[in-house]
Amino acid sequence: MNAQAALSPYSSSAGKTERHETHVLSVLVDNEPGVLARVVGLFSGRGYNIESLTVAEVAHAQGLSRITVVTSGAPETIEQISHQLERIVPIHTVTDLTLDNAFVQRELAMIKVRGKGENRTEALRLSEAFRARVIDATTESFIFELTGAPKKIDDFVELMRPIGLVEVSRTGVAAITRGPLEM
Amino acid sequence: MSKIMTGAEMVVQALQDQGVTHLFGYPGGAVLPIYDALFLQKKIQHVLVRHEQGAAHAAEGYARSSGKVGCLLVTSGPGATNAITGLTDALMDSIPVVCITGQVPTHLIGSDAFQECDTVGLTRHCTKHNYLVRKIEDLPRILHEAFYIARSGRPGPVVIDIPKDVQFASGTYTPPKNIQHKTYQPQVKGDLAKIKQAVAMMAKAKKPILYTGGGVVNAGPEASTLLRELVQQTNFPITSTLMGLGAYPGSGPNWLGMLGMHGSFEANNAMHDCDLMICVGARFDDRITGRLDAFSPGSQKIHIDIDPSSINKTVMVDLAIVGDCGHVLEDIVRLWRAEAHQSDPKALKAWWAQIDQWRARKSFGYKKSPTTIKPQYAVERLYELTKNRKTYITTEVGQHQMWAAQHYKFEEPNRWMTSGGLGTMGYGLPAAIGTQLAHPDALVIDIAGEASILMNIQELSTAKQYLAPVKIFILNNEYMGMVRQWQELLHGGRYSSSYSEALPDFVKLADAYGMKGIRCSDPAQLDSAIQEMIDHPGAVLFDCLVDKAENCLPMIPSGKAHNDMILPDFEEDIGKVIDDKGKMLV
Ligand SMILES: Cc1ncc(C[n+]2csc(CCOP(=O)(O)OP(=O)(O)O)c2C)c(N)n1
Ligand SMILES: [Mg+2]
Repeated sequence: MNAQAALSPYSSSAGKTERHETHVLSVLVDNEPGVLARVVGLFSGRGYNIESLTVAEVAHAQGLSRITVVTSGAPETIEQISHQLERIVPIHTVTDLTLDNAFVQRELAMIKVRGKGENRTEALRLSEAFRARVIDATTESFIFELTGAPKKIDDFVELMRPIGLVEVSRTGVAAITRGPLEM
Repeated sequence: MSKIMTGAEMVVQALQDQGVTHLFGYPGGAVLPIYDALFLQKKIQHVLVRHEQGAAHAAEGYARSSGKVGCLLVTSGPGATNAITGLTDALMDSIPVVCITGQVPTHLIGSDAFQECDTVGLTRHCTKHNYLVRKIEDLPRILHEAFYIARSGRPGPVVIDIPKDVQFASGTYTPPKNIQHKTYQPQVKGDLAKIKQAVAMMAKAKKPILYTGGGVVNAGPEASTLLRELVQQTNFPITSTLMGLGAYPGSGPNWLGMLGMHGSFEANNAMHDCDLMICVGARFDDRITGRLDAFSPGSQKIHIDIDPSSINKTVMVDLAIVGDCGHVLEDIVRLWRAEAHQSDPKALKAWWAQIDQWRARKSFGYKKSPTTIKPQYAVERLYELTKNRKTYITTEVGQHQMWAAQHYKFEEPNRWMTSGGLGTMGYGLPAAIGTQLAHPDALVIDIAGEASILMNIQELSTAKQYLAPVKIFILNNEYMGMVRQWQELLHGGRYSSSYSEALPDFVKLADAYGMKGIRCSDPAQLDSAIQEMIDHPGAVLFDCLVDKAENCLPMIPSGKAHNDMILPDFEEDIGKVIDDKGKMLV
C-alpha cells in the first residue's frame, strides 16, 4: 500500500525499490531546434541516467525525429522518466520498449586494433566469428565495423583488448518493435 | 481576417485577440517596436513595473485571481534574466503565464551581442514550453499556441523570445482558431471505469479523507462547487494544501484546516490514520507528506490529477485517475448520486468523533498578550474586519505566510495568492498589484514580513502610478522569522544573519512613495488601525509591530511523521526535537 518511489530526501529509509533495470525508450519528436536539449536537460536536471542516446530524423516530410534513450534505474523511476518526457511539448510519443520486451536493438561500432604477427591473425579470426567487417587496414592495424546488440559489441571489444585495442567509437542504440505494428 | 502587419503589431493584435487586458512589462532596446505598437492602441493597458521580477509576479497574481492567462513583456538580456524567478514560481505553482521577451536580431544571435542572453536556453527549465521565433511566418501561430499551452492541461508559464528583426518584419497575421496542437493534447476526461472504482472505494471507506490542492482551484470555480457538493453528500472530512485554500470554505463544517508542515493537528492526524485518502489536484509535496516511509501507512490512496507525471512520483497510489479535477469531480458526484451511494454512517460517526478529539487540541492556538501584538492575533483581527468584503489576500514568504494560511479563512477559490512551490520572498506585493488590477473594486491585502517586503519594495511606485489601492500589512517581527525559528530548532539559537538590521521606517517610506503609512504596536489599537487601513481609498503600508520571538506552530519537524507534531503548548527545549538526519533536510 505504501511502497515509495521516493526521490525525496524526506524518506529517511530512502525507500527505493532495490531493483535496478535498464530500459530502452523510443521517443518520437518534432524535429525542431532545441528538442534534443529539452530531452537531455530533463535527464540532467532530474538526475536520471543516460547510458546511450541516439537521434536522427526518421520522416522528413512530417519533420519527425526519433530519439532512442537507454536509461537505467528503479522501475518507478523509469515510469517517471516516461511521464516527464511526455510533458515536453514537442514530443509525440514515448514508448518504453523494454516493458513488452518485443523489440530489436542494434548498435554500430568501429573498433581500432593494433598488432602484428600472431595477434593480427587472431584479431581477424575473431572478427569473422563476430561477423565484423574490416573497413580500414594498415600493416599494423585494423578498423572493424560491427553491428549488433550492445552486449555483442561489449564482448567483441573485451576480446580485442588484450590483442591490441586502441579505441572504440559507438553510435549508441537504435531500436524498433517487432511485428507489423507501429511503436 | 488575415491582415498584413509587422511582427510587433502581430504581438499586440494577438494579445488583444487572446483577451489580454493588462500587460505587465518594462521596456528596453530589444522590445521597442512592441512598445511602439502598444502606444498606438487603447485596448490593452500596459502596466509599467519597476523590476521584471515584479512583472512576472504581477502576472501571476492577475492570473490566479482571475482564472485568465497573465501576460508580461520584457527586454532581452537582463530583462529576461530578471523575469526568471517569477517564471520558475509560476512553473512550480502551475500558474498560466505568457512572457514575451525581446531578443537581439537574428543575425547577431550567438555573437555575445549587447544584452544578448540565451533566453530559451535559460528558461527551458523554468517554463512549461518556450519558443525562439526565427521567422515572421511562424509568429502568429506561436503567439496563439503559447496561450493555449499556458492555460490548458496543467497550466504553466510559456516564453516567446522574439528577435528585433522579426518584430520589424511584416507578414500575414491570422487570428486564433480552435487550436488543436499536434502533440500537446492533455487528457481532461477521467477514465469512467476507474471513477466507478473510486466511488465504490469511497462508499466502503470507514475513515476517509479528502486531500485537495491547487489543481482544484486551477480547474475553475465549477470544480470548487462540485467539491463542496461532494463533501456535503459524503460528509467526508476535507483538508487542503497551501495552494488549495478556498476551494472548500474555511468556515465549512467538514474543514480540518490546512495540512502539512504547519498544518493543523487534526488534518495531519486524519491523514495519518485514514483508511482512504482521496487526493484531488495535489502532488504529495514534501511539505505535505513529511517523512515518506511513515506517510499514511494504513490507507488506500486515490489520486486525481491532470498531470500523469504527478502520479506515483513520491507516493505510490492504489488508484490513479488522470484528468481535469473538475471533470472527474463531476463524474464522481454524478455517480455517487445516481448509484445512491451512502457513506457508512456508523463508521463515519466514530471517525468524526476521533477527529473532534484531535480538534480539541486547538493546534492553531497561541498565548494572547495584552501588551504585544501576537502575529496570529493580527491575522485573526484582519480576518474579522475584512471577512464580509470581497477580499483577496496575497503573501510574501515566511512565518507570516503560514499564519495567514492558518488564521485567515478563505470562503472562495482564487482569493488566496501565495508562492507555494518556490517560496519566493518578494512575491506578495507585485502579486497584489496584479490582483488589484484584475479586480479594481476588491480589497487586496498583501500579508507581508518586514524582510520579504523589501525584496520588491520598488513596486510601491507601480501601485502608486496605477492607483492600485493595495494594502500591505507587514507583520514586523524584526527577524526573518522563519529562518530564526529554524535556527532555534537546529542551530542552538545562533541567529546568524537573520535579524532585520537597519530596517527603513516604513511609515516614512510610505510617505516617500506618496501613500499612507500606519504603525501599530498596541493590541488595543489594532482594530481601529486596521479599520483605518481598510477605509483609506489609496494604497497603505501598514507596519504592524508584533512579537519578535513567536514561533510558527504547530510544526512537523523535518524528518518526522504526520503524527509527530510539535504543538503550541510544547514546553521542552524546541532545539532538541530534530535529530541529525532531520537536520539535513530543508
Ligand atoms: C528569495 C528568497 N530568499 C530567501 C528565502 C529563505 N527564507 C524563507 S523565509 C525567510 C525569512 C522571511 O522573513 P520575513 O519576510 O520577515 O517573514 P517572517 O518569517 O519574519 O514572517 C527567508 C530568508 C526565500 N524564501 N526566498
Ligand atoms: Mg519578519
